[in-house]
Amino acid sequence: MISVDHLSKRYGAHPAVNDVSFTCGPGTVTGFLGPNGAGKSTTMRMICGLTAPTSGTATIDGRPYQRLANPGRRIGVLLDASAQHAGRTGREILTLAAMTQGLDRRRVDESLDRVGLNNTAAKRRVKAYSLGMRQRLGLAYALLGDPGILILDEPANGLDPEGIFWMRGLLRDFADRGGTVLLSSHLLREVEAVADRLVVIGGGRVVAQGDKDELLAASGTVVRALDMAGLDAVLTRAGLTAVTSADGSVVVQADAETIGRAAAQAALVLLELRPAGSGGLEQMFLTLTAGDSVKEAVR
Amino acid sequence: MTAVQSPQTVPADVAGPGPGERAGKISMVTLTRVELRKLADTRSGFWMLVVIGLAGAATAAIMLLAAPGEEQAFQPLLAFALLPASVLLPVLGILSMTSEWSQRTALTTFTLVPERGRVILAKLLACVLIAVAATVAAAALSAVANLIAIGIGGDGSWHLTADQAGRLLLNQVVFVLMGTAFGALLMNSPLAIVLFFAIPTAWTVLSSLVKWLATAAEWIDINMTSTPLSQPDMSAGEWARLAVSAAVWILLPLVAGTVRVLRREVN
Repeated sequence: MISVDHLSKRYGAHPAVNDVSFTCGPGTVTGFLGPNGAGKSTTMRMICGLTAPTSGTATIDGRPYQRLANPGRRIGVLLDASAQHAGRTGREILTLAAMTQGLDRRRVDESLDRVGLNNTAAKRRVKAYSLGMRQRLGLAYALLGDPGILILDEPANGLDPEGIFWMRGLLRDFADRGGTVLLSSHLLREVEAVADRLVVIGGGRVVAQGDKDELLAASGTVVRALDMAGLDAVLTRAGLTAVTSADGSVVVQADAETIGRAAAQAALVLLELRPAGSGGLEQMFLTLTAGDSVKEAVR
Repeated sequence: MTAVQSPQTVPADVAGPGPGERAGKISMVTLTRVELRKLADTRSGFWMLVVIGLAGAATAAIMLLAAPGEEQAFQPLLAFALLPASVLLPVLGILSMTSEWSQRTALTTFTLVPERGRVILAKLLACVLIAVAATVAAAALSAVANLIAIGIGGDGSWHLTADQAGRLLLNQVVFVLMGTAFGALLMNSPLAIVLFFAIPTAWTVLSSLVKWLATAAEWIDINMTSTPLSQPDMSAGEWARLAVSAAVWILLPLVAGTVRVLRREVN
């Protein structure tokens, strides 16, 4: 169980994370979504006690991370796959972690097997690893202590499509056995396939969170009319907000019936009227966060 | 919980989360063993130790070939054999602290051991143990060299008091801890290594130019105050000067460095 309670982090005047709260329960995969610079990594580092929060708390099974006696046995963390000594071999890195956690050395080989790193790869220095291999090693490192919780920051980076598919299976399996997973990404589609819950963050704030299916259902309706200008006028009159998509249709935050009736009254011909699904969530995600991400880039 | 097993994933015995609370606090012995291993498991660390060993052997050869016969005895042989270690072990100590930041391993180190102070302590203990091991190895090497000295007509005396042996060991410990303290404070390998060697030299140069600095240097220049550690005898005044300089060059940077490590954001 991960509990994040009103967590904030300021760097000078800049709020990197602003009053973020969410929980991740056993048996679930939580997708932590946001564009680059939204505060995902900072939040995760605060959960792991690597960055001191300005205010708020984060706990693992009710205790702050720093209070965990042997954290590796309870929570597996992969924050940056490249943050390993380039001169150590994959096996050596895992051996050091196994020694630290007081684990049997056999777990090193089991862990390597589990993430698909063979003996040749394990004997090579990390310097020679591709990003995909580093992610696999990082996952082996996180899983080494047989923890009940996983925190992974952009673990799909650098993995090939087959690797991403494999990782989804591994995480789904982990959660189905009662594990808790918090998984960040800047791509909705990447986590959509595996997450049960979503926490969407933009500009340091949580902009949406909840059950994935509910969020997808609540993400609006796609509408396309023969006369788009007429539709726009009707929607404005009805007090509904519409966001124009790249393909010319609009996403409206209302159900199909409301929109259909409004259009019928104005005698508009509709060409398309359907739930937006993940496309709508992505649209919302972009709208809610685009401004911040642009600011981030210019700042 | 349902255990859904897909063939793409993993054998059941290793997959999946286990029970929550297990395993107590990680012991200091474990942490020290890990840090000892980390000193030698990279190419730079490994070769540093090899070079210290080879250089120690070279000092013995030089003594046997070039030194006057009366200096070919166990004590002078050992003091000379420890010279390379006293220069190079501190670099190992520096790297032990700085590589966590330059190689960004602090991220994984401190997620497995969130009490950063214990990691620092483990590093200090590991460095002290390496200094002890280097001294013991040098003693073994010097014993062999002394046997050869007897064979080729040198002095070959085995005279070494416990006090002398202890001081030779302390000399190693002082410099390796100084390196570690510099590493903790500066968190940057090249900077820490350059300053470690440059500052004492700068002291020596400056104190020879500025008069009042010369008096201060007698108490602060650790290269000067530690010299008696390798000599046959050491006076109480010399001990006091060593203590003062050690406080300045070891304690001070170590305390400041520990504060820095405890506070620093890891990313």
